[in-house]
Amino acid sequence: MKFRAKIIDVGCLNHFTRVVNTISKLTKTCILRLTPGNLYFVLSGKIASGGVSMWCELSQANFFDEYQLEGVAPEANEICLEVTPENLSRALRTAQNAKCVKIKLTKKHCPCLTFAAELPTLSSVSRVVTHDIPVDVIPRRLWHDFKEPSVPDFDVSIYLPPLKTMKNVVDRMKNLSNFLVIEANLNGEMNLKIETDLVSVTTHFKDLGNPPWGDDGSQGRSHSRDPELMAQTRVDIRKLQQFLMGQQVNPSKAMCNIVHKRIIHLILLHEDVSLQYFIPAVA
Amino acid sequence: HLPAMDCVVTGGNVKVLAKAIHSLSRIGDELYLEPEDDGLALRSVNSSRSAYACFLFSPLFFSRYTVPCGHAFRCKMAIKCVQAVFRSLSSLDKTVEKCHIELVGEKSRLTFTLHCKHGLMKTHNLSFQDSESLQAVFDKDSCSNVLRAQPRLLVDTVLHFPPALEEVSLSVSGERVLFRNYVEEEPAKAMLTELSLSSDEFEHFAVGAESSITFCLKELRGLLVFAESTGLPVSVHFDLPGSPVVLSVTDSVLEVNFVLATLSDDLNLRNHNNNPKRARSPPPADDFLNDDIDSYLIAMDTSELPGPSNAPAQRSNHRLEAQSPVANHRLESEEAEEEETGDTERPPNKKFRSLFFGSVCPTDSQLTNQTATSQEVLASDSEDDAQAASP
Repeated sequence: MKFRAKIIDVGCLNHFTRVVNTISKLTKTCILRLTPGNLYFVLSGKIASGGVSMWCELSQANFFDEYQLEGVAPEANEICLEVTPENLSRALRTAQNAKCVKIKLTKKHCPCLTFAAELPTLSSVSRVVTHDIPVDVIPRRLWHDFKEPSVPDFDVSIYLPPLKTMKNVVDRMKNLSNFLVIEANLNGEMNLKIETDLVSVTTHFKDLGNPPWGDDGSQGRSHSRDPELMAQTRVDIRKLQQFLMGQQVNPSKAMCNIVHKRIIHLILLHEDVSLQYFIPAVA
Repeated sequence: HLPAMDCVVTGGNVKVLAKAIHSLSRIGDELYLEPEDDGLALRSVNSSRSAYACFLFSPLFFSRYTVPCGHAFRCKMAIKCVQAVFRSLSSLDKTVEKCHIELVGEKSRLTFTLHCKHGLMKTHNLSFQDSESLQAVFDKDSCSNVLRAQPRLLVDTVLHFPPALEEVSLSVSGERVLFRNYVEEEPAKAMLTELSLSSDEFEHFAVGAESSITFCLKELRGLLVFAESTGLPVSVHFDLPGSPVVLSVTDSVLEVNFVLATLSDDLNLRNHNNNPKRARSPPPADDFLNDDIDSYLIAMDTSELPGPSNAPAQRSNHRLEAQSPVANHRLESEEAEEEETGDTERPPNKKFRSLFFGSVCPTDSQLTNQTATSQEVLASDSEDDAQAASP
């Protein structure tokens, strides 16, 4: 099991830092799956994480100038690690103007991801900062927990309004209620609602548009649907807030799939990065 | 009666004074103010007596500096009150033209008068307590290792470590200087950060004995705030683990020394294992308590802390000794150190070797006896004490 990668380009470094920062806002620990072509940050919907799951996919070629991986076995050329994204984020933060950053899987006092950054100096010799970040190596028999989730058979899929706007709304609603109902229809309309004994608040969004999912299997249920009919899910408002709060990547596309009374599936696409986030319904 | 002290600070020096007080506030809760012939000394010590700081402003720093000769006047006060005088550090140099400090003994008031733009005058009357001289015994010139660097280098270094980090380890070997975060418990889960600097980055790099010391980051940060604002280089004087590190900043009109205890985890403790006095002292009640830096009182003979400072000092010595076998192994190598820590059954105890303070009262013969007696007691406690006291 070997892994080493290197970033030289400042733009790539900043981009990677933003992705990691986003992940660190979403979860305390997650799985980092390394394959020859991609990196994945994965959170599987365990009770401990409030049933929330996450899938973030990066194409390594878009970030790294060098990338070498030797997986667990030739037929399973992957490495699966449990990491604390906050530590990765901290390590990257101190490497902001680095000439280059190397990431290596190392065996120190325990398995570590070692970040080494070469920092510019006035003298001829560079300043080097290294961070040994402890990781847990996930044995192969547990890998099945961390497979890409399939797109749920949703009732309605809708483009999201600008995330900042949505965040402002949700932040205010959070002061009034712990739960939020998100509903949308095939007519490009979405509502965010809270209801308490004292007050009901609804924010209406319209003309958002519905993503064309083509002949994808998920289209089945929404095909013959009344465009005005709302599909709705009630979620823990903190989970949604956390998702909106952590966004540091400006997505080119943001959408939400709603499975009526079951789950919401949020998708952010930004060039080479995709982030999927699942929030289960609460009764 | 003449005022005991009457001095005036003008222009940019007001900000320097303000920064000094701000910096001292990172050390302790009390400010010791001692006007002397060779300048005004502002000092502070932390509650655990493991950190001490002194700013000595020479008479030339002031546009007027008067202290009545033959009459030593010393006092201490809550540092917060003095800080309040110099609130809004950023706008200080734009608004304040002159600062007048007057100490009137009979009134027991220290008066700070800030003469601001547009004829505005702010007067603060601060109450104070009499005190003895506060002075740590250290000899930075005899340290085998001296590093000097622009404050920027150290500021950039400290930035790599999280604000919550308490201690940092500094090692010198060959042509490199290493800074590492000090991790005391569960090293398996902690992120280890190491910054390696080339000796070229230092203005002065003199390493007589390769060593690695661990000290508190908070006070270093405090000094850096001051050093950065004045742009003066910072010198780091140190020896083996356990003996204090001295951080200093000097200029023609001021001298700053921060004396910080370092964790003693080194071979030099072996020599003291036979000390009978320590063997008799009671074992620590609770392992948990061992991590408490506050219990490591530095034996100190100001009149406010007469007896009780001795007992904790003894106790801490005992613990130092108890830890040394583990500590000795920890020097082998970087990797070995990490593994060793992981293998020990309980986390290594965090221990700061006491700094030994003595009271130096050159003008006041009345106090000399008292000083001598208490120092004797201290000296019998540890051999290092004698070393430290007679540099």
